[in-house]
Amino acid sequence: MGIEFRNVGKTYRDGTVAVADFSHVVASHRIAALVGSSGSGKTTLLRMVNRMIDPSNGTVLIDDEDIQGLDKVRLRRRIGYVPQAGGLLPHRTVVDNVATVPVLNGTSRATARGNALDLLTLVGLDASLASRYPAQLSGGQQQRVAVARALAADPNILLMDEPFGAVDPIVRRELQDQLLRVQAELGKTIVIVTHDVDEAFRLADDVVVLRTGGVVAQSGTPQSILASPADAFVRDFVGADRPERTLTTTEVDGQRLVVDADGRPVGILR
Amino acid sequence: MTTFLDALTWIADPANWGGAQGISARLLQHLAVTLVAVLAASALAIPLGILIGHTRRGRGVVVALAGAVRAIPTLGLLTLLALLLGVGVEAPLLALVALAVPSVLAGAYAGIESAEPAAVDAARAMGMSELQIVRNVELPLGAGVLVGGLRAATLQVVATATLAAYTSDTGLGRYLFIGLKARDYPQMLAGAILVAVLALLLDRLLATAQDRASRLAHSTEGTP
Repeated sequence: MGIEFRNVGKTYRDGTVAVADFSHVVASHRIAALVGSSGSGKTTLLRMVNRMIDPSNGTVLIDDEDIQGLDKVRLRRRIGYVPQAGGLLPHRTVVDNVATVPVLNGTSRATARGNALDLLTLVGLDASLASRYPAQLSGGQQQRVAVARALAADPNILLMDEPFGAVDPIVRRELQDQLLRVQAELGKTIVIVTHDVDEAFRLADDVVVLRTGGVVAQSGTPQSILASPADAFVRDFVGADRPERTLTTTEVDGQRLVVDADGRPVGILR
Repeated sequence: MTTFLDALTWIADPANWGGAQGISARLLQHLAVTLVAVLAASALAIPLGILIGHTRRGRGVVVALAGAVRAIPTLGLLTLLALLLGVGVEAPLLALVALAVPSVLAGAYAGIESAEPAAVDAARAMGMSELQIVRNVELPLGAGVLVGGLRAATLQVVATATLAAYTSDTGLGRYLFIGLKARDYPQMLAGAILVAVLALLLDRLLATAQDRASRLAHSTEGTP
């Protein structure tokens, strides 16, 4: 069950190999992160799930069904998609952006708008923003709208392509927390693509570290990857040797203080 | 200067306005020829432009062809068509359609292409069909540019529609041809002034339309 990549590859006509041979299973109701630098094929893999890209070889299965045989448009309408930045329809209000897919599916505009307002609340936006246009919102607000829009047709699967990459670190943190709250409530199967290991570790139950060309360097829980990186590449990529990941304790005023390798305090050990 | 005043006097003379040869009738004919030519060109060029803009294919070929059509002198084309089709309004109409097509086409594909790629990609990923992408995203976002193409085409056609009088008794161009033949320069100038005023009025009208259409894409101003 869930999403299965079975020996998928993507070679473009000019001979560029985006993904060589990738196999992985994303379990239902969990968050999986595909993490890698640019050229790792992570976005290509993500876009194979809603057939924005068709693999040159191999198959992608959703709940054991080969999606190659499915109608693209219908497949995409049952999969939520959150692009990196922008992607909202600039000529439509926030509420109409969120209502897009339900309206395409034949839900009446009034009903779809009503549901859209609930979704805005779910992603932490004030209903008063509903009648604004995307350009009148901050980057963080726009990404919240994008998440609400992706959830509007109540899909089982949510695909997120560097969803919080274009906002500043503080807003990114808020958006990540919001996503975790939403996930605790809805339990979707989420695939998130990011180049930010910290984001992957914060959000995902299951992390896949990719090398160039979609080669799996290591996959597993954030804990297992950090505890035992498979090789020097993973070790370096997840920053296992970075000062902020190498913590020690020291005693100050009777408290056991956790400090990083530079001696900066991180927290208190209980 | 006296010719100019004479021309204005000629236009102001109520006797020149009535009847089948009058200014009112010729204005309407001129407008009708312009409208038919632009509509016919649109029926041809807008779907083609949308296709090119949406698929990003065939642009090179079509742009080269449109450029070639643009290079054809309208008067030459008109003469050729008149020799083939005989006297009447058909030949000038065809020549005017050929004149209008490149501008309308350019406006259509440039408009469609101007739609924000991220929005188009997201629309596709959400499950809009290609037709729905055109209708719900690319057309509203490109409407301003598209209407701009129509505006340019209309301006060219309304000015060149004087040539309709070359092979038929149609439009304001008649005053120019009659005036030239009879060396009645005030009448000639009057015809030219009427065409210019008509062109300016149409342009204002289409500028307003273009403005409205552009606002479809940039719904950012105004109270939220």
